[in-house]
Amino acid sequence: MRFSQTLVIALNTFREAVRDRVLYNLVAFALILIASAILFGEISIGIQKMILINIGLSSISVFGLLIAIFLGIGLVYKEIERRSLYSLLSKPVRRSQFVVGKFLGLNLTLLVNTVFMSAGLWAALYYVSRAFVPQDLSIWVAMYFILLQLSLVTALCLFFSCFSTPVLSAIFTFVFYVVGSFSADIRTFGELTESPVLKAASTVLYYLLPNFSDFNISAWVSHGQPVSGRLVLLNTLYAVLYGGFLVGASVMIFSRKDLK
Amino acid sequence: MSVIATNDLSKDYRLGFWRERTFRALDRLSLQVERGEVFGFLGPNGAGKTTTLKILTGLIFPTAGTATILGRPVGEPETFLQVGYLPENPYFYDYLTPQELLDYFARFYRMTAPERRRRRDVVLEQVGISEFRHLALRKFSKGMLQRIGIAQAILHNPEIVLLDEPMSGLDPVGRREVRQLILQLKTAGKTVFFSTHILSDAEALCDRVAILNRGKLVGVGRIAELLQQQSGYEAVLECAAPDLLAQLKLLAAQDVVGSGGQYRVEVSEEKLRRLLDLCRQDGLRLISLNPVRFSLEDLFVGMLQESDHRNVS
Repeated sequence: MRFSQTLVIALNTFREAVRDRVLYNLVAFALILIASAILFGEISIGIQKMILINIGLSSISVFGLLIAIFLGIGLVYKEIERRSLYSLLSKPVRRSQFVVGKFLGLNLTLLVNTVFMSAGLWAALYYVSRAFVPQDLSIWVAMYFILLQLSLVTALCLFFSCFSTPVLSAIFTFVFYVVGSFSADIRTFGELTESPVLKAASTVLYYLLPNFSDFNISAWVSHGQPVSGRLVLLNTLYAVLYGGFLVGASVMIFSRKDLK
Repeated sequence: MSVIATNDLSKDYRLGFWRERTFRALDRLSLQVERGEVFGFLGPNGAGKTTTLKILTGLIFPTAGTATILGRPVGEPETFLQVGYLPENPYFYDYLTPQELLDYFARFYRMTAPERRRRRDVVLEQVGISEFRHLALRKFSKGMLQRIGIAQAILHNPEIVLLDEPMSGLDPVGRREVRQLILQLKTAGKTVFFSTHILSDAEALCDRVAILNRGKLVGVGRIAELLQQQSGYEAVLECAAPDLLAQLKLLAAQDVVGSGGQYRVEVSEEKLRRLLDLCRQDGLRLISLNPVRFSLEDLFVGMLQESDHRNVS
């Protein structure tokens, strides 16, 4: 069986997202928020650009997260619930190709949306400073990290949507995202506590839950600080391995599932 | 040659969350479908028809037993190059048009782009929705979705077509068209396996039928042969001797109904001679004798009642 089956499913998942009006609303909101950052900057003398970058990257991240969760929770469940999957899986398609195709399709959607929102941020930046400086290139790295983070969120959604309802999947994903964003604090807590039980629990949680805190570098970037190549490499490896594990687990669960 | 074969196929569903119980939806089903035949899978709601079709398409996994299509275990993607499937009450991506949907599905087969377009146009024409090819599927009625479902099942010109309640949701004209389509598939040498509880459709189309009740196979064969097993005669007699009446009751296929000294008796074909011998004796007079033609419905209901009776006892 060829990769093309996976690609066909991915492209259709992208087409489904593109035809969803909610997506456009979210992207429009993000762009409006980025534009409004210019106004916030006007009243903050000297730090206009910093505020713009901070609000811009946060908007891209938050709205990207909303899109990832909103579309991700229905990736598999909706197809089972509406029975559209029955016709699809009676074609020469493996269940693993379906799951991976769905994952890639949503990632493609998030990539295109992030590119759109990033273009808005770049336009706002150009409007404010009328020039780009070499430090601005770090913004690209921040955007890349947001994409990695969204890809992990998509993998979480996909994993949960293989065995639970959309509402529960959304709750689980959101909880994992919030706890994972405080990953560094969990480790610090474990180092400070004297209870061996809490220390062991925090260590397990730190390694088990996805670590989203290392992907958030907007404060860093807004201050014009460079991002090390090592961090880029480690974050990329982490996202690929953790995301790969989640997609693999989703494939295993879904391949054994009875589609009643 | 059997193109579809099941051997002791069973499926249990687990019910309940805390206290798990099992429900047997399919119980040791063994049947063979031959190449080129139209095979009807009959049974009341909940008999296990859809469960069987879902096992044949790999959507659910059997608890026990085996099933093969074209000699391969079910569920292998390569098998679907030769198999088309219409699910019960099909639903498709409502953001697509029929043309887009069929084009999407056609990409999973080894077809060139011109071939894809040609097959898409052919099947749209075949199921009679060519003029609605650019209309979003969310605007389609249940009957039109059923037609799209049939179109996607025959899109790749498969050897075997599995149809789960193909007439469901169709108006009389639509049903007639689907019946013609199934006959066209038969003429083209395809094997059609379809589930239904509309007996007239099965009677009009099927070479053979299988009757399923509560997950168990209660009968399989050619309709004419099954009906012949059930066919017999209805005799009306006058009976003055109580001992002859007792013998009559032993011969009767059903309860002997009496009124005003006359009795109505139904006997099977093989017991007719014994009935006529009995009529030669004093005290019994034959008034009329007529052949009884059982319909598929009589057969169906009779088999279900018999199977229920066996289950109870």
